Amino acid sequence: MSDIKSRPIWGRIRPVAHAARHFVCCEGSSAARHVAETFSPNAEALKQVTILYGNTDRNEEAGHTLDALGAEASLHYPTRQTLLISFKAHLKRLHMGAQIYLCGPEAFLNEATAIAESHGVLKEAVQTELCGANARRVQCVHCKGLIENVAYTPIACEHCGVNLMVRDHYSRRLGAFMGVCVDAEAPGDLPARESF
Amino acid sequence: MSLSTIEVDDVRHEFNSETFRDDYTFSNSPEAIARFPFPFDRDEYMYAVNIEQHMPGPPKSATEFPIDIDEHYVAEMADRARVLKEDPLRCQSLPHMLMAEWDLLDLLMTSMARDYPRWFSLERDGRKWHWINRPLGIEQRFVFGDPTTLPQGPMEYVTRQCQGDFCLLDQRDNNLWLDAGIVTSQADWSLDFDLGMNFIEWHGPVPLAHNMNIFDRALKFLMNLQQGRPVRRLNWTMTVNPRLDTSPENYHRWGIDRTTVTPENVGDKVHLRVELQALWRLPRSNAIVFSIRCYLIKMGELVTQPKWARRIHRVLRDLPPELAEYKGLTNYRAATLEWLSQYDDGAPTSPGFYPD
Ligand code: HEM
Repeated sequence: MSDIKSRPIWGRIRPVAHAARHFVCCEGSSAARHVAETFSPNAEALKQVTILYGNTDRNEEAGHTLDALGAEASLHYPTRQTLLISFKAHLKRLHMGAQIYLCGPEAFLNEATAIAESHGVLKEAVQTELCGANARRVQCVHCKGLIENVAYTPIACEHCGVNLMVRDHYSRRLGAFMGVCVDAEAPGDLPARESF
Repeated sequence: MSLSTIEVDDVRHEFNSETFRDDYTFSNSPEAIARFPFPFDRDEYMYAVNIEQHMPGPPKSATEFPIDIDEHYVAEMADRARVLKEDPLRCQSLPHMLMAEWDLLDLLMTSMARDYPRWFSLERDGRKWHWINRPLGIEQRFVFGDPTTLPQGPMEYVTRQCQGDFCLLDQRDNNLWLDAGIVTSQADWSLDFDLGMNFIEWHGPVPLAHNMNIFDRALKFLMNLQQGRPVRRLNWTMTVNPRLDTSPENYHRWGIDRTTVTPENVGDKVHLRVELQALWRLPRSNAIVFSIRCYLIKMGELVTQPKWARRIHRVLRDLPPELAEYKGLTNYRAATLEWLSQYDDGAPTSPGFYPD
């Protein structure tokens, strides 16, 4: 278990039998395969499932596995940004009683859960599962720029250039870990790189 | 609306003209030193659930009144205005906190006008309120509950005129949520990052205290906080140069100051930073206000009280390494200790906070 108090703990996605509708948003081929495996035994529910898939690692085959499920809709997007634009649009018209399933790499979950929260979706209505890289989404506390898919610390902020240490502090509202200047007290002196 | 300059000039001289950045002209008068809320009642320090009733303290002390206005008032408010101009994210409020904002305005204006009638006055005629702030030269008539009658939201309006940072906490789901605040003189934490977090989450980075169950116990206590029975606690850290805005946002600018301490300049550069934190249950919103009133004192000023000099030397010397690291003392602790050791003859100190 994570000992970062502010950090969300990702779970496992399980189709909820009594949910009126199911809404899946997943990114990457390993997430796509996992969603297909999880939902395929639930043929009855699949008529009420909408799947959004971010084909970020250009894996057509994984996309076909999702399509083959026979969900009500199976929609593909080329990037995380386009996937999440569609996610927001669907959230705005989502019915009460719908279950949301988010599956993908850490940075995707960081952003998607923050979007769900900002759209007033209740925590109980969202299931999450980490599937793919555990690279994090980070906000530079100095310039407020967001950095996607950060695999290690320290890193240089891609917006303002400050060398950042990724702190063990997470904001669900922003969907990001905090990046803070690592060499303020010894300019240029960087600790050894550590992967997450 | 502003007051006539004559009325303002009448009280302005009662406040220091000083800065908390650039040339750092901040200092404490002997009276301010005598009333400094020294945070150590013994020669060692460790985290604890140090919460007590916010009862009136002795005359002239920092706790004589619920809201303490002192000689630094005008300069601190100018520093806050500058921080907000450069970074509006230091003041944020989620939409459901508007009622709590009015509660806060009521609490602060009522206390300030009652306890410092020379400086502030408040007349209430139903919802029609008339506020006068002589030190800052402000006069405002407004309708309580109608935000369009104030130049800023009620929280921002009143806290631009009151020393201390303020957080407004919403109580729900058996927790407290940091859903509004104005934070311009913080000890290295970010309102923008922490906004919307609960009590356990925003305390996440604090070492040791979670495993001592300090936060579980404190939260339980605060959830039962009663209206009319405010509480307080002291927290402390150290700051190099009398800088109020030690925010993470600007850490890449001020962090380097921690490398400039030498045994020769400790007395002037190194400051003890004490936060007098108070909590009130608010009547209309059932929210809690958390005030963080920051007091700075130079080591050179602190050692004018021999008991405090001996004690801070011992506290810093024996501070658990996790706390020293968390408080950012690593780069200047040794130089500070060396300088302080000349004021510690090893004599016993009397119990309690007050100087001998
Ligand atoms: C309810 C209002 C409160 C708020 C908004 C608040 C906020 C904070 C924040 C933002 C920090 C800095 C965390 C970081 O490093 O990012 C902090 C530190 C801390 N808080 Fe609180 N706090 C509150 C009440 C309390 C209470 C009642 C206690 C009682 C035990 C407490 C104990 C502490 C301690 C021990 C630290 C570490 C301070 C240090 O070593 O400098 N807090 N608090």
